[in-house]
Amino acid sequence: MKHRWVSLRALLSWAIVCAVFVLHGSAAHAQGQDRAPEYFQSDIQYGAQIFANQCTACHGTSGDLIPGVNFRAGVFKRVVSDNDLRATITTGVPGTAMQPFAFGASELTGIVSYLRNMSSFDAKGLLVGNAGSGQSLFAGAGNCASCHAVNGKGPRFAPDLGDVGALRTAELLHRTLVDPAGSMLPVNRPVRAVTKDGKIINGRRLNEDTYTVQLVDEHERLVSLTKADLREFAVLRTTPMPSYRDKFSAQELADLEAYLLSLKGVK
Amino acid sequence: MNHSRRTSFLLLLAFLIPFALRAQVTPERLLHANDEPQNWLIYSGSYASQRHSLLKQVDPANVKNLELKWVFQAQSLQKFETTPLVVDGIMYLTQSPNDVVAVDARTGRAFWLYHYATSPTARPCCGIVNRGLAILGDTLFMATVDAHLIAIDAKDGHAIWNVKVAEPAAGYAMTMAPLVVKDKIIVGVAGGEFGVRGFISAFEAGTGKQVWHTDTIPDPDQPGHESWKGGDWEHGGGAVWMTGSYDPDLNLTYWGTGNPGPDFNAEQRQGDNLYSDSVLALDPDTGKMKWYFQFTPHDPYDYDSVQVPVLVNANWNGSPRKLMYWGNRNGFFYVLDRGTGKFLSGKPFVKVNWTSGIDANGRPIATPQPAGEPTYPGIQGGTNWYSPSYSPHTGLFYLSTWEEYATIFAGVKAEYKEGTRFTGGANTSPVPGAENPTGMRTGPINTYTEAMAHGAVVALDPATGDKKWKFEMHDVNTSGILTTATDLLFVGGREGYFQALDARTGSLLWKQNLGGEIIAAPISFQVDGKQYVTIASGNSLFAFALRE
Repeated sequence: MKHRWVSLRALLSWAIVCAVFVLHGSAAHAQGQDRAPEYFQSDIQYGAQIFANQCTACHGTSGDLIPGVNFRAGVFKRVVSDNDLRATITTGVPGTAMQPFAFGASELTGIVSYLRNMSSFDAKGLLVGNAGSGQSLFAGAGNCASCHAVNGKGPRFAPDLGDVGALRTAELLHRTLVDPAGSMLPVNRPVRAVTKDGKIINGRRLNEDTYTVQLVDEHERLVSLTKADLREFAVLRTTPMPSYRDKFSAQELADLEAYLLSLKGVK
Repeated sequence: MNHSRRTSFLLLLAFLIPFALRAQVTPERLLHANDEPQNWLIYSGSYASQRHSLLKQVDPANVKNLELKWVFQAQSLQKFETTPLVVDGIMYLTQSPNDVVAVDARTGRAFWLYHYATSPTARPCCGIVNRGLAILGDTLFMATVDAHLIAIDAKDGHAIWNVKVAEPAAGYAMTMAPLVVKDKIIVGVAGGEFGVRGFISAFEAGTGKQVWHTDTIPDPDQPGHESWKGGDWEHGGGAVWMTGSYDPDLNLTYWGTGNPGPDFNAEQRQGDNLYSDSVLALDPDTGKMKWYFQFTPHDPYDYDSVQVPVLVNANWNGSPRKLMYWGNRNGFFYVLDRGTGKFLSGKPFVKVNWTSGIDANGRPIATPQPAGEPTYPGIQGGTNWYSPSYSPHTGLFYLSTWEEYATIFAGVKAEYKEGTRFTGGANTSPVPGAENPTGMRTGPINTYTEAMAHGAVVALDPATGDKKWKFEMHDVNTSGILTTATDLLFVGGREGYFQALDARTGSLLWKQNLGGEIIAAPISFQVDGKQYVTIASGNSLFAFALRE
């Protein structure tokens, strides 16, 4: 059953990817040209194994560690077609850390298939969702829009989700919806600070180092604090975000996840 | 030439000769590098690699008055890992890929730049980096990412000779600063992620002719081969990518070796996999191995043992002994007898669960974690290649650490193909969605924060392995360390702060935000009566001295 879900989800995600390309105009549409008409699950899985072995040290498991390249979001510096991908992998990029790889034809087919389906391949164990229904849940029953903005529209107290589909895998989105306190990105945790003169500051952490912390406070202001100036500072393990484990059905969760996966940022 | 002219000439010669001789960095000067603390003649400061400066102008009372004197901006966005050399007021540094720049150590202004066009077939595993140079006479020596060794005239920056040490297309690279011993230039090769067979080689300083070659992975005719099965040794790794140390009295050089290949799938290389993850004691004249000690036999975690060997003469159980201190990537601090390689002690300095302990001979008792469970320390280790420091003044050993850091290791079968990665791993982070860090900062925001790991500087009592103090950092610590005779400790970190600590207590005395990850080590030198401290951060080298 699980295999059938994976397959269905892969098709759905591929459909979403295609829809996004169409919606985002000619440049994105051009990316869609010169692709194989279909990528097969066995090739994708094979490519995933090769990718894990050969590529993650530089590109990361999500394929987004190199500035300007984000495989999950389909962002490349030079590549447009599948053949471009094969050529870049085979010849490398002179003057950069991208070296030539001596892969055979089947290996290249696997890697290209995987790169073209990275986000969907990660979407294990989820039902097929409807992004349109998910968007309705986001704005309605889920009450998500009361805290989260999408591409700058909405409140800023919680992270803007406009590109969450490019940044987070389906599995991670699912985990965050059912267990937000345990799965939220650690940097996003709520913080509570008390200055030496007794002023209390609550907010969402944006960054932190040994000596300072940067946050957006409950009034949506950017605040930077020096820890030495604080009487108390705590990173909270709780979160205002509710769990949707019991609030939504499995289908509704899948719908919401499909919507979030469709959010790839402004291109 | 008449008499008066001859007299004038001889007088001029008598005046110039001491300066001409002074410009030559003789083997004798290298042996006694600590006698001229105004210079930094060897990658780790001296042959003992204590990275301890005897300069005293900057001290705990006035360190707050350090101010920026100059900045050298590298023309590269690669990691900046260089340790410069400083010789009589001139600094020699490297920038990616393999440029050498001579600068005025007082101003940072360049005299000359040597550019080496690296081969497009070069494929260093983890960035196009270089960690520094060696010098002998008036010649600088640089190892390149395409596995060449180049001699460069220190006066004008022209290449004197260039020899190919190994085949870059097969995954060999060189990133270390070479080590000069007597009239030889000694280097090792990187490539442990490509299934290379590691080695250390020595070359004549004058000609570049190879003098000896010692494999770190023994073939069927060499001792230690019994630690391998079948043909696994042929791609067995054991890369050597950090500069070694030298004891002139014992006439031994010491080199750390890296992981066996493939890195993570130990099932396809049965045995202890000698001499991976080891320290090798080699005769610098012949390359002959006098002894070895393996820290992590049959390693499935990439616990490279390439750390700089720190040589200290100290009492051990009440008797004077020639010791070697070693803060290992596997999370243990070791003390060895450097004359014999005998294991004396080993104690964890970070959380460790890959072993339940070390036996009387120094062999770890392996405790592989169940599938899907985290192993401590993670891939980057409890520490890594970041230079440690030992202060004879405090008697403490200092190292940079990654605390509370784990990886879920998963070996997968790896097929060797020359020039492609041969790691055999599908490892993940225990933190949902987090990357296993690659050893470099990927942006200005610490996304995974304390959930992933945090850093520290740890001061250890070498006699016991006990922590004397710990300076905690929010992000991980990728910096080398410098101590001084005034009990200052300089250290950076991934966050980009350059800090001065009290070496006795670990308390913060001064800090400066430099903005870029610090993944190099500080040095100190003196020119025109002024003590400088420098550090590479981000893509620039920063020089500090006291405010006038």
